[in-house]
Amino acid sequence: MSGLTNGGRPDQAAPVAPAIELKGISKAFGPVQANKDISIRVMPGTIHGIIGENGAGKSTLMSILYGFYKADAGEIFIHGKKTEIPDSQAAIAAGIGMVFQHFKLVENFTVLENVILGAEDGPLLRPSLAKARGVLKQLAAEYELNVDPDALIQNLSVGHQQRVEILKSLYRQADILILDEPTGVLTPAEADHLFRILDNLRREGKTIILITHKLREIMEITDTVSVMRRGEMTATVKTSETDPPHLAELMVGRKVLLRVDKKPATPGKNVLEVRNLRVVDDKGVERLKGIDLTVRAGEIVGIAGVSGNGQSELLEVLGGYADGTGEIIMNGESLDLTGKHSDGQSRRARGIAHVPEDRQREGLIMDYFAWENAAFGYHRDPRFRSGILTNNRAMIEDTERKIKKFDVRPPNPYLTAKNFSGGNQQKIVVAREIERDPDLLLVGQPTRGVDIGAIEFIHQQIVALRDEGKAILLVSVELDEILSLSDRIAVMFDGKIMGERLPDETDQKELGLLMAGIEGDPDKPLIEAVDEQLHAKEAREAKKNG
Amino acid sequence: MDLMTILQVLDSTVRLATPLLLACLAGLFSERAGIFDIGLEGKMLAAAFFSAAVASLTGSVWMGLLAGMAASLVLSGIHGLASITFRGNQLISGVAINFLAAGMTVLVAQDWFSQGGRTPSLMGGGRFEGITLPLAETLRDVPVLGPIYYELISGHSILVYVAFLTVPLSWWILFRTRFGLRLRAVGENPAAVDTAGVSVIGLRFAAVAICGVLCGIAGAYLATGLQAGFVKDMTAGRGYIALAALIFAKWRPWYALYSCLLFGLLQAVALRYQNIELGGLVIPVQFMDALPYILTVVILAGFVGKAIPPRAGGEPYVKER
Amino acid sequence: MDRMPAWADAVLVPLISLLLAAFLSALVIIAIGENPIDAFKLMVDGALMRSSGWGYTLYYATNFIFTGLAVAVAFHARMFNIGGEGQAMIGGLGVALVCLYIPWPHWSLALLGSCLGAAIFGAAWALIPAYLQARRGSHIVITTIMFNFIAAAFLNYVLVNLLRPVGAMDPATAKFPEATHLPTFQDMFSTAASPMFRGAPANVTFFLALLACLLVWLLIWRTRLGYEIRALGHSEPAARYAGINPVRTVIIAMLISGGLAGLMSVNTTQGEAERLILNSIEGAGFIGIAVALMGRNHPLGVLLAAMLFGFLYQGGAELALWTNIPRELIVVIQALVILFTGALDNMVRIPLERIFLAFRRGNS
Repeated sequence: MSGLTNGGRPDQAAPVAPAIELKGISKAFGPVQANKDISIRVMPGTIHGIIGENGAGKSTLMSILYGFYKADAGEIFIHGKKTEIPDSQAAIAAGIGMVFQHFKLVENFTVLENVILGAEDGPLLRPSLAKARGVLKQLAAEYELNVDPDALIQNLSVGHQQRVEILKSLYRQADILILDEPTGVLTPAEADHLFRILDNLRREGKTIILITHKLREIMEITDTVSVMRRGEMTATVKTSETDPPHLAELMVGRKVLLRVDKKPATPGKNVLEVRNLRVVDDKGVERLKGIDLTVRAGEIVGIAGVSGNGQSELLEVLGGYADGTGEIIMNGESLDLTGKHSDGQSRRARGIAHVPEDRQREGLIMDYFAWENAAFGYHRDPRFRSGILTNNRAMIEDTERKIKKFDVRPPNPYLTAKNFSGGNQQKIVVAREIERDPDLLLVGQPTRGVDIGAIEFIHQQIVALRDEGKAILLVSVELDEILSLSDRIAVMFDGKIMGERLPDETDQKELGLLMAGIEGDPDKPLIEAVDEQLHAKEAREAKKNG
Repeated sequence: MDLMTILQVLDSTVRLATPLLLACLAGLFSERAGIFDIGLEGKMLAAAFFSAAVASLTGSVWMGLLAGMAASLVLSGIHGLASITFRGNQLISGVAINFLAAGMTVLVAQDWFSQGGRTPSLMGGGRFEGITLPLAETLRDVPVLGPIYYELISGHSILVYVAFLTVPLSWWILFRTRFGLRLRAVGENPAAVDTAGVSVIGLRFAAVAICGVLCGIAGAYLATGLQAGFVKDMTAGRGYIALAALIFAKWRPWYALYSCLLFGLLQAVALRYQNIELGGLVIPVQFMDALPYILTVVILAGFVGKAIPPRAGGEPYVKER
Repeated sequence: MDRMPAWADAVLVPLISLLLAAFLSALVIIAIGENPIDAFKLMVDGALMRSSGWGYTLYYATNFIFTGLAVAVAFHARMFNIGGEGQAMIGGLGVALVCLYIPWPHWSLALLGSCLGAAIFGAAWALIPAYLQARRGSHIVITTIMFNFIAAAFLNYVLVNLLRPVGAMDPATAKFPEATHLPTFQDMFSTAASPMFRGAPANVTFFLALLACLLVWLLIWRTRLGYEIRALGHSEPAARYAGINPVRTVIIAMLISGGLAGLMSVNTTQGEAERLILNSIEGAGFIGIAVALMGRNHPLGVLLAAMLFGFLYQGGAELALWTNIPRELIVVIQALVILFTGALDNMVRIPLERIFLAFRRGNS
C-alpha cells in the first residue's frame, strides 16, 4: 500500500500548487486535544475524503479552515499562498465555501434571500435578487442544482435545502467546497443526485472536501482519502489504491473486543412483557410500530440496532416519560401508558429502574451535588423523608455507601455532578438505579463516553444484577457490548423488532443484516447492507416529513 | 355623537398613538434583530427628560430632540453591552434600564431645575408646534372632508408626521434593503449571518441603536410635543403598551401602525369619557385602560392568532460548529 | 469543571457588583454637587443610628423580603416573575376584604386571616400567567408585565367603584376596624421610661417575613417539592426522566411566588396604612428583582439584600429631607444593582474566573 502518512509528499511531484495545504495544525479545547499536528494536501479539481469515527476531530479541522476556530499552531496555504483565516469572511474571501451538517439557513426566507445574504451587491435588494436569480438559473443548468428560487426554506425538502447551501457557496464564487456529513440527512435518491452534482463540480475544476463516516461514499466518489483517529491524521491514500476493510482498520485502530466473564443465564418467570407497543411522536411520526418483547428474570436482553430506530422511544415509554399504546405487563400487572400513572415515579414504584441513554441531559442534574443526584428519581422515597422534610442526612449516608461500593472518584458526595468524569458520573447513575433492588433494569448506552476501566466495572455490575435474578433490558449501539453482555439479542429496525437471536448462535454479520432490515442474503457485504438500510430509513423519514 | 366629537376623539387618537408607534417601531427593529427590549419605557423617559431639559435651556426644541435621542442612545448602548457583548439576560437588562431612567431623570431634573423632578414649562421655540398643512384653512368649510382635513390630518406637530412616515420607511428598510435582510436574518438565525461572513454583533448593535433613536424621538414628542415639559414618570407605562402593540402587531411595521392606532384610540376614549354605556352595560374607564394588556395576553395565549416572535429572540449568540 | 469556588460565586460576585453600583452612585452624587461621604453618613444616621430609623428600615425590609423571596422561588424554577407588583396589589385586596368584612376578635387572628387572604389573592393573580407559560408557552415575563397593569386598573376600579366609603374622595377603602390593627415595634418594645421606634411603621409582620425566609429555605432545600422545583429549573428533560411533572411544578412554584408577593401587602396595608390605598406597593415588587439577584436566590441572601435596600430606602428618605438629593437616588442604585448582578453578571464573573484560574495555575 503506497499510503502517504502525515504530510507526506505525493508520489509524483505536482506541477500545480495544492488548492489547500495544511501544515501542522493543532487545536486543543481545554485538556482535549481535538487536532494534533495535522498536515494535508488537497490538489485542485479533486474530491478529497476525510473519514473517521465520531469525535475523531474532522469537524474541528474544517471549522479551523472556515475561520470558526483559531488553530493553536500550524499554517494554512490556499493555492500555494499562506493565508490567515481568522473569520468566516476571510474564508469566503479565500474562495472557501462550507456546507455544514446543520444547515445555516434562515427558515422563513426565500431561497434567493438566503443565497444573497451577506453577498449582496449593493444597499438595495432588488438588483441583487435579480442578479442572483440569473446566476441561480445558470448554476442550475450547469450542475443540476435546481431549486425554486422563490420557495421558503421551511417548505423545502432537506435535499433541496442542501442544494441551497451549495448554491450559497457557488454564488460567492467558492472554488473550494467543504461538505460535512452531507448524506446524513438525505434519501438515497437525493444522495445520488448530490454525488452527480459533486462530480459536475469536480469536472469544472472545483476542489471538494467530503467529510463522512460512510465508507461507501468514500469509495464511490473521492480521489484521495485521509483517515482521522483521535485528533490525528493516521493516513492519506489514493482511493483507487485502498479498499473498505483497510480503511475501516485505519479508522478504528485495533478494535478492543469486549469480553465479560459470566455464567450461563438461568432465566425465570416473565418480568416484562411488551405487546404491540406503539409510540407516535409530537410530529405525528410513528416511532414504535408494534413491539413485542419479553424479558425474564435472570437474563439480559440486548436490543441491537442503528441509533434512531426506536430504541430511545422504547426506553422512554418503558421509563414512563413518553405516551404509548399497546400493553406493557410488569410482573403480571398491566401498566398505564398514558395519564397520571404513567410517569417516572409510578414506573419506579413498579420496580423498574432506568439508566438513561444520556446521563448529562436526563440521568443527572449537573449542578446538583452527588448526594442529591444519588437520590434523583427516588427523592420521594420514604426513607429519604422525615416528616414533610427531606432527610438529607439519610441521602448523604446512602451516597457515601454507594460511592464506596462503586468506587466513585473522587469519593466526595458534596461535589456537583459536573465535577466528575464521564465514567464516574455513570457510576453514580448506575449505583442509584441498581441499588434500588429493581425487578427490571432498563439500561441505555451504559458505556457511552466512559473510560475503559469504568466500562468493565459497569458491565460486571450489570451481570451481577442478572445473577441476582433481575431482568435487564440493555440498549446499545455498540454491537460488541450487546454481544458480550446479552443472553438474548433482539434487533430493532425502523420501530420494529426484526428478530431475536442467541449470542452463541449469531455473529456480527448476521446481526448487521438484521439491523439493516434484511433477513437473509448473507452473501451481500455487511457495509453495503447497512448503508442501504440507512438510506431506506432516511427515504421513509423524508417522505413522512413531506 | 356628532362628527366634531368623533373627529376630536380621532385627533387625540393620533396624538396619543404617536409615541406608542415610535416606541413600537423601535422595539420592532431591536426584536427583529433578536434583542428583546423591555426597556422601551426607560429610554422614552430619559429622552423625554433630556429633550425637555435641553429645549428649556437652549430654547431650541431641535437641540432638545437631539439631546433626547442621545440620552436614549446611551441607554441602548448599555443594553447592547449587557445583552450582546456580555451575553447577559436581556430581560433583566431591560428592567434595570427602566429603573435607571426613572431614577436618573428625577435626580438630574432636581439638580438642574429644583422643581421637584420636573422641567420648567416649555414655551415658543422650546416646543414642537402644530403645523397647519397647506389649504387647511381654506378647505375648512368644505362639508365632511374639510373638517377631517383640518381637524384630523392637519395641525399636528412635525414629529407626528415623522412617526407615521416611519412606518413605510421601516417596512422599506426591513424588506427592501440589504441591511434589513441581514437584520431580519440575525433575529431568525444568527449562525446563518455569521457563516455568511457578516458580523452578528455589529448588526445587533445597529438594531439596538436604531431602537434608541426611535425611542428618543418618542420621548421627545411626549415632553415637547404632546405636553409642554417633563414631569416625573411621564411615560406612564407607554413603553409597555408599545411592547404590547408590538406583540399584537406580530413584529410587522404596518400591523404596528394599526395596533398603535387601536391602543391610542382606547387611550383617547378613556381620556374623554369616564364610563361608556353600551345598551345598559356600563364599561368602566379602567377596563379601557386595561384593554391593551388584556388583548395582548389573549394573543400571547395563542387563542386568537398565535404571535410567533423572531426565532433567535432573547438568546445571546454563541458561536458553535 | 467549576472555574471558581462556590463561595466566590455566592459572595464575591454580588459584592463586587454592589461595590461597582456604589461607586457609580457616588459619582452620581458628586455630579449633582453633593459629597458622597457626607451623604452616606447622613443615610447611616437616619436609618441606623436611631431606633425610629431602624423602624423604617425594617418596615421597608419587610416588604422587600417578601417580594425578594417571591422572585427567588420563581427563579429556582427558571421563571422570571416580574409580576410581583401586581400580585402584591391584588394581595392587598385580599387583606382589605378579610379585615373589612370579617369581625375579628383579636389582631392575631386577623393577621392569620389576612395572611391567608393576601397569599391566596396574590397566588391567584400569578395563576393565569403560570398556566399560560406551562401549558401554552406564553412568555411569563411579558404576561406578568401585562398582569401588573391589569391589576392596577382592576384595583383602581374596585377601590373607586366598590370599596370607597360614601363621600370619600380618594380611591381607598375605609379604615380597618381597630381589632385588626397590628402591633408596631413601638407598641411592642417601648416602655414608659424609654420610648422606642417612635412613629415608625415597622410592625409584627417583620417577624412573619423572617419566618417566611426560614420556610422558603426549608421549602427549597429541605422538601421534595423544592428539590423538584430546582431540578426542573436546571434541566427539564432530567425532570421528566425523574417523573417530575413540569406543568404542575411550574404552576406550583409560581403560585408560591405569587403568594409570597401578596403577603407583602399585609405589611403595607394592615400593618401601616390600616386601609387599602391605590399605590401601597410603591415599586416594592420590582425591588424584589434586585433583592433576589443580589441575594443569589438564597433566603439568607434575600434577607441581607432586603435589609440593605431597607436601609437605602430609609436613608434615601433622610437624604431627600436634609439635602438636595431626591429619593430617586435609591431607584438609581436599585437599577445599578440589577444591572450589575443580573445583566452584566458576566462582566464581573469572567475576569474573576480568570483571576482564580491564574491563581490555581500559580499554585499547582
